[in-house]
Amino acid sequence: MTPESGSQGPAPDRNGHTVIGAGAAARQVAARHSRGRLWLAGFQAATVVAIVALAALVYNVTSNSMGLIAYTVAVDAATLTAEGVSVKEMRRDEMVRILESRLSAQRLRVLDVQGPLAQRSHGELSRILEREVIRPKVVRSFGALESVFRRAEIEAQVGREHPDARLTWRRWWDWQFVTSPQSSYPEFAGIRTAILGSLWMIAITVAVAMPVGVAAGIYLEEYADRGRRINQLIQTNINNLAGVPSIIYGILGLTVFVRALEPLTSGAALGLTDPTTANGRTILSAGLTMALLVLPVIIITTQESVRTVPPSMREASFGLGATRWQTVRHHVLPYALPGILTGAILSVSRALGETAPLVVVGASTFITTDPTGPFSKFTVLPMQVYQWTSRPQDTFRDIAAAAIIVLLVLLLLLNSVAIVLRNRYTVRY
Amino acid sequence: MTVNIERTVDAARAAAAMDTAAAMSDPAGNVLEARGLSVYYGDFQAIEDVSLPVVRNRITAFIGPSGCGKSTMLRAFNRMNDLVATARTEGEVVFGGRNVYDRGVDAVELRRHVGMVFQKPNPFPKSIYQNVAWGARINGFKGDMDGLVEWALREAALWDEVHDKLGQSGLSLSGGQQQRLCIARAIAVRPEVILMDEPCSALDPLATLRIEELMQDLKRQYTIVIVTHNMQQAARASDFTAFFNMGERRQGYLVEYGATAELFTNPRDSRTEDYITGRFG
Repeated sequence: MTPESGSQGPAPDRNGHTVIGAGAAARQVAARHSRGRLWLAGFQAATVVAIVALAALVYNVTSNSMGLIAYTVAVDAATLTAEGVSVKEMRRDEMVRILESRLSAQRLRVLDVQGPLAQRSHGELSRILEREVIRPKVVRSFGALESVFRRAEIEAQVGREHPDARLTWRRWWDWQFVTSPQSSYPEFAGIRTAILGSLWMIAITVAVAMPVGVAAGIYLEEYADRGRRINQLIQTNINNLAGVPSIIYGILGLTVFVRALEPLTSGAALGLTDPTTANGRTILSAGLTMALLVLPVIIITTQESVRTVPPSMREASFGLGATRWQTVRHHVLPYALPGILTGAILSVSRALGETAPLVVVGASTFITTDPTGPFSKFTVLPMQVYQWTSRPQDTFRDIAAAAIIVLLVLLLLLNSVAIVLRNRYTVRY
Repeated sequence: MTVNIERTVDAARAAAAMDTAAAMSDPAGNVLEARGLSVYYGDFQAIEDVSLPVVRNRITAFIGPSGCGKSTMLRAFNRMNDLVATARTEGEVVFGGRNVYDRGVDAVELRRHVGMVFQKPNPFPKSIYQNVAWGARINGFKGDMDGLVEWALREAALWDEVHDKLGQSGLSLSGGQQQRLCIARAIAVRPEVILMDEPCSALDPLATLRIEELMQDLKRQYTIVIVTHNMQQAARASDFTAFFNMGERRQGYLVEYGATAELFTNPRDSRTEDYITGRFG
């Protein structure tokens, strides 16, 4: 019988043949497996931490964005008509009559200038009625979960502290929230202005950063001589620029677009000055600043996508007598397109969520008029969120959470567009 | 489609022997000629001082051990080495009465006359039709494209297999068909010379045989230079053979060049004999 050899040795039986499942080799394998299980446990724990963090974020946002609210009214809707119906059930002529009797002559004139009351829709009239006559005011709001599970306690508490208040369930992110302009009453405030501002800014960002970034990426990857020091310097700089804090781009935008190029960015040079914005704090300045911000990322993702084009494709093309441009146009670009688009859309997502540079460039904190073009004053969604969260009233925090939900939905939409584009244009080998 | 392997091999051998005899009797028509050619990648010398002719309408095979610079030599003929940033060439390649490395010679124009087929079949991710038509189109072909595509596919012995699915992706074909598609693509540009860089190394023996048959057909109109690892292939398919070896600095150099029958039966250099008898490499 052979003696049992070192840790690697098999466990021979009486005849010297290996016996599986016994001996030093089996013990050594078991030890390797248990080390592996330890690492696996670590990876699982990390994943759990990530999921918990994400769940906490979702909980926090949804909890604030809906739930029970206690509100008081200046006038009870039921007292407005003889039948005591709610605003929804009132007829249009009834509402016009109520408004005419309740509002001041001056206010009525203002409303009439915006559009004669008699010609307004039911929805419009009921909104005016709500805002100007009934005037609800939220005195207390509760999180979604406690609203569901501790309803009785909340009712008792509200009855105690605000005897004249009513309790109702309110989900802040509804269609009216998306379509209403900003207002100083949180109950009526919406994010239409901010959404339009965001969309305008993104459009300018894409229109500028996409062509410039893709062209620069193609030049650096396909044409530039990597051996030359100047090109290495440019490459290093672009890589570093991608990591520069966004506030610095804001300062750059302020100096260059808002101040130095003011005649251009305010539209004055084109004779398009909006009287309310006699300076460069316009959507155009913001869009250009954001374009600078995402440019390095677009250049780098373009380069990376171009680099994934198999060398055999280039060789095949050159071997047929194609010029470099023909090779790029017909083989490199189509192959790299999904990657380029994905990178571009992800950087647009980043621009959509950026706040810091816009604070510096001068996005408005309170604005109720929609942007009408690149030379308008503006605000954007994250600005709106930032501004609302800094207000002392609870209700503003609730609608800030609702705005965050809308922003997240927009970002998810953009990301899914990126995925669809990538799958659609991917060339398979 | 069944192929009688033995018969085709015999036929190919017979034709090769006859053509070789014809070439030997008329050694004048050199379409390409390398004169003292050296290629460097940075500090590394890939080939050293190679001089050899490429005879018109004949098949010239480059053989030798791995890393001896056969492919580099082949790529020097159509300046594909230019695509490697660090590559540098010394010496001359004469084509059409000029040194192709002269300042005034455009590599794009050269490659239009000296086409290439690569080791791994690399059709474009486009339809079969577009694969063939693209090269001709970018080179300014304005005539009957359908006719040209059919002609090139027939020349490459692929038409019968693909004529009813020209709209399908070139990547849907088998490896051997893809390689013939690449040959059709090269032919459609109407080159004078076709460089083939181990065109059969990724193919099975049947597909290899079809390519070899095809080469015999093509050499009536084209000149073919083929790099191969397969000595049997060089012996049965080529008219002239150049044997390369690697020096002590890993640089490739030409050991012996001659008519294939001569080189394989009666090598002048002992290193050639060692290699073809399988003593090294």
